[in-house]
Amino acid sequence: MTLTLALVQILNGLQFGLILFLIAAGLTLVFGVMDFINLAHGVQYMVGAYLVAAFTAMTGSFVAGLALALPAALIFGLLLEVLIFRHLYDRDHLDQVLATFGVIIFLNQAVKYIWGAAPLNVSIPDALSGAVEITDGMLYPVWRLVIIAVGLAVGLALYLVVNKTKLGMLVRAGASNAAMVSALGVNIRLLFTIVFGVGAMLAGFAGAMVAPILSVEPGMGDNVLILAFVVIVIGGIGSIRGAFIAALLIGLVDTLGRFFAPTLLKLLLDPSAASQTGRAIAPMLIYILMAAVLFFRPSGLFPSKQ
Amino acid sequence: MNNLVDLDTPASPALATPPRASRAYVLPLIVFAIFALVPLSALWGSQSFILALVTRIMILALAAMSLDLLIGYGAMISFGHAAYVGLGAYSVAILASHGITDGFIQLAVALGVSLIFALFTGAISLRTKGVYFIMITLAFGQMLFFLGTSLAAYGGDDGLTLASRSMFFGSKFLKNDVAMYYVAFGVLLGAYLLLRAIVASRFGRVLRGIRENPVRMEAIGFAPYRYQLTAYVIAGMIAGVSGFLLANQTEFVSPAYTAWQRSGDLIFVLVLGGLGSLHGAIIGAAVFSLLADILSHYTENWALIFGPILILVVLYARGGITGLFGSKL
Repeated sequence: MTLTLALVQILNGLQFGLILFLIAAGLTLVFGVMDFINLAHGVQYMVGAYLVAAFTAMTGSFVAGLALALPAALIFGLLLEVLIFRHLYDRDHLDQVLATFGVIIFLNQAVKYIWGAAPLNVSIPDALSGAVEITDGMLYPVWRLVIIAVGLAVGLALYLVVNKTKLGMLVRAGASNAAMVSALGVNIRLLFTIVFGVGAMLAGFAGAMVAPILSVEPGMGDNVLILAFVVIVIGGIGSIRGAFIAALLIGLVDTLGRFFAPTLLKLLLDPSAASQTGRAIAPMLIYILMAAVLFFRPSGLFPSKQ
Repeated sequence: MNNLVDLDTPASPALATPPRASRAYVLPLIVFAIFALVPLSALWGSQSFILALVTRIMILALAAMSLDLLIGYGAMISFGHAAYVGLGAYSVAILASHGITDGFIQLAVALGVSLIFALFTGAISLRTKGVYFIMITLAFGQMLFFLGTSLAAYGGDDGLTLASRSMFFGSKFLKNDVAMYYVAFGVLLGAYLLLRAIVASRFGRVLRGIRENPVRMEAIGFAPYRYQLTAYVIAGMIAGVSGFLLANQTEFVSPAYTAWQRSGDLIFVLVLGGLGSLHGAIIGAAVFSLLADILSHYTENWALIFGPILILVVLYARGGITGLFGSKL
């Protein structure tokens, strides 16, 4: 029984980690290539979820909703880039942090204004709404398995694009030395706009995928944003591989920590104290992990800059 | 006021030249004079509302001013400074919930806890640079936020209401809002003078030197790490005191005090008022609070106006409000 529960928790952790990867992938590249710190990336995740909710309600089908939400998320991201972010590339990190913080304040309120403060529900396509039996008597929702499959597929596709194509080569070169790439005649601004758009769309995609299993509400991107930052800092800024490994690590540590910390502490403490401290420690685990990683490797696990 | 005069001779032309010494304290003097006279508004009525608002402004200013030592003078962009406000506030609330209401004990604990947390997290964070430093301070702040939400015995998510404000010398004089006001005023003034002295001292000069060029400072024999860590601890402790005051003023604490958005607000306040001047933090806090207060009277969607203001300030008002004044005063 415990083994089955552990399996379910591992699957949950994997699913959470892959969602984090979808968000962190764009963030780490934008960061790596343009040295631009974009707090509003989490908002993109929220906007993705709201767009899919709106389009699904409009068309009556999740698939059609998703098909409309993705280009809309892309356009929205590029619009933000042209209107605001473009003016911030030459500024220092403090200005970037503040201006994008302003974008968060505005958009969190804007979605509340448009869709209301109450959480929205999104229904899953019928074919994928059931559950499968993964072991004896243990059912697992199909949709979560879909998220895992899609996350892995996107991860693989990104790996191939970044490592095997000319565009990917330029992105990697941009992440390790943007000035040199620019001097060699590559239009780094255009490259960046592409990277930014794809990153924004991936974050929106992540939001769309979790919309059916989480409540779609204002501010839903805020905490995810912090987790995505933890991921890219552990993985090393600018590294897709680092983001992938760190995202899975964070997803698993967080999910398993919440589940097992109280149980493990019962070996040391009496049950009520164990569940108390366990619940207090579990949400802190990933931050302790991050501090530990940065203590030993101040530039993360796979730094892309020398 | 010797310290202010010292500011007139910056160590290097690269450092932001402060306004001429004879004028440098005009703006802070006006600000503190206004604060000192606010309780007289009782003569025109509606005192409690104004007192509470300005007390909150001064507490916010205290936290933002301590952050100025880090960002404005040390170029250490801490995105987790609200954590210390939370530590100070929870020190009061947790001790009070166990019946320890003596203000001196609570203050000592607030300072001690802030010191330990700043020393521990600062020692790790300062190993990193740039963006990594922003991120790791953010993460430590979040760590504390989640610790607060899981403290079921002390209210968890919902927070904790104080049974009473702190007692000093066995007296409950802090219950009086005017007394509360002047305590906050005194602390703000004291912290301002202390930070002025620190900034103008040798220590402050080294800190500003590190801000401009850490490699050069290291080459001429200063260890940046130690100076930065000391500044980090001082700033954390002052923010802890602001948390002590905040808990007393609102008679309530909650994990929301340590949320990362509050750390963002502190940076906003600082940049709005102007970095690296100390009194800029006070002016920023006043404008920030008044703006939020006035806008929220007109519309519940005040954030729709607030967000764009923040973006415009960053894009077009470099140097903040004191930057606009700087050349004239």
